[in-house]
Amino acid sequence: MRIFDPHIHMTSRTTDDYERMAAAGVRALVEPAFWLGQPRTSPDTFADYFDSLLGWEPFRAGQFGIRHHATIALNPKEANDPRCRPVLDLLPRYLEKDGVVAVGEIGYDSMTPEEDEVFAAQLALAVAHELPALVHTPHRDKARGTERTLAVVAESGIDPGRVAVDHLNEVTVELVRDSGCWLGFSIYPDTKMSPDRMVELLRRYGTERMLVNSAADWGRSDPLLTRATGEAMLLAGFTADDVDRVLWRNPVEFYGQSGRLDLADLDDADATFEGNSILRGGN
Amino acid sequence: MAPENRTTETTRTAEVDRLRAALHGVPDPQWLADALHRVAAEPATVPRCFAAAGRRCGRDPLPDAPGWTADEAARALLLAALPADHAGHTDTLYRYGDAAEKRAVLRALPLLDVGPAGVPLLHDAIRTNDTRLVAAALGPYARRYLDQPAWRQGVLKCVFMGVPLYVVDGLDDRADAELATMLAGLAAERTAAGRAMPDDATELLSRLSATQEG
Repeated sequence: MRIFDPHIHMTSRTTDDYERMAAAGVRALVEPAFWLGQPRTSPDTFADYFDSLLGWEPFRAGQFGIRHHATIALNPKEANDPRCRPVLDLLPRYLEKDGVVAVGEIGYDSMTPEEDEVFAAQLALAVAHELPALVHTPHRDKARGTERTLAVVAESGIDPGRVAVDHLNEVTVELVRDSGCWLGFSIYPDTKMSPDRMVELLRRYGTERMLVNSAADWGRSDPLLTRATGEAMLLAGFTADDVDRVLWRNPVEFYGQSGRLDLADLDDADATFEGNSILRGGN
Repeated sequence: MAPENRTTETTRTAEVDRLRAALHGVPDPQWLADALHRVAAEPATVPRCFAAAGRRCGRDPLPDAPGWTADEAARALLLAALPADHAGHTDTLYRYGDAAEKRAVLRALPLLDVGPAGVPLLHDAIRTNDTRLVAAALGPYARRYLDQPAWRQGVLKCVFMGVPLYVVDGLDDRADAELATMLAGLAAERTAAGRAMPDDATELLSRLSATQEG
């Protein structure tokens, strides 16, 4: 089973997780820029974070043969902090980088006027830089938040086929399916979505435009739940090809629209430095 | 201009010409030619084409310039094309660069007329734990300008990280008794732990010990 995790926050995970993910079949992933738990107070600290998403994390992932890409944005929660607003001025530089395959995570947290403004500005950046957009839906007031999200996406003029709306559930799935956007589901140990509920949604709505991620981060989460979902699909009678479509070909197709997804030579992507193992990494 | 500086400039020009020739067969040579013109005329446009160089020129090794990949060589040419009074862009491109861009800046330093101004970038790269950056920081520019304590730490860090010592330019010219002492200390720790030293480090230590005894 080859797995592409289209949304996982590896910054918050250990190197052991990379090792376990590689053993479970994860060969590529996308790490969206997000809220780190601790509020940030200046744009400089975002620059360091973005640098890490394009430097250190791809290096860590590469040690286990995993291809790492990123999405870059000012996240919805910190869009409300005026001290972080100048991050918008940093974005054009980062949105030109090789490893950046979308603008994200953008969208709503508390649905404030500040979030409206920053969301719309970043959808415009996605259009200007010819990138897809990864859109987070709020944890609170999710159904109305999703409706409002889709209205802003429609108003921005971006092609809905270049937008993934994430963290969906049974209540929000149809809204997004009808919009033409891609549908993201974050499989969590006990909150957003579980493997069995996901299988039920796939049975009901099919595999087209469906993206399954672990969204593993600093909270209680599990980077192997993509694999668990693939296994639950097989148990429920889906074919290996169905699993490959959901866990590999769909995310490749979605992020491939950036023109920057680099999956070349993945089969022989051993972590070597000019032929020498780098797995020791300074121990 | 002093004769020595003239020689250095001639060497830099020859190296730039060599990379330019080696890039002849890239997928989109016209893009590179246009970008080099644009950067020379409007230096403020360099961040965008610097970021795009890998996508436009590819990332494969260049057969006619051993040790260089197409993206690194293209980025080095872009830096060399900047007007002399715009060297500050080099710092900014490193500061906001992804790992491949940072590596290209480090590789390009010997081709640029910046004197020792690039040394802080070497310090930054050697502090990282990214083998690609540490290796790129120990080339000909480090050989000429990096202070001896930082250079020794860089070499020792290569041994720690499993980076082959052939990446260190002028290794035997700059290796000294203090580096030998540091390597011997590491070898003792490794022996005590039942772990091996990389062969190239053991060989360097033997050469240094032989020199000191001789």
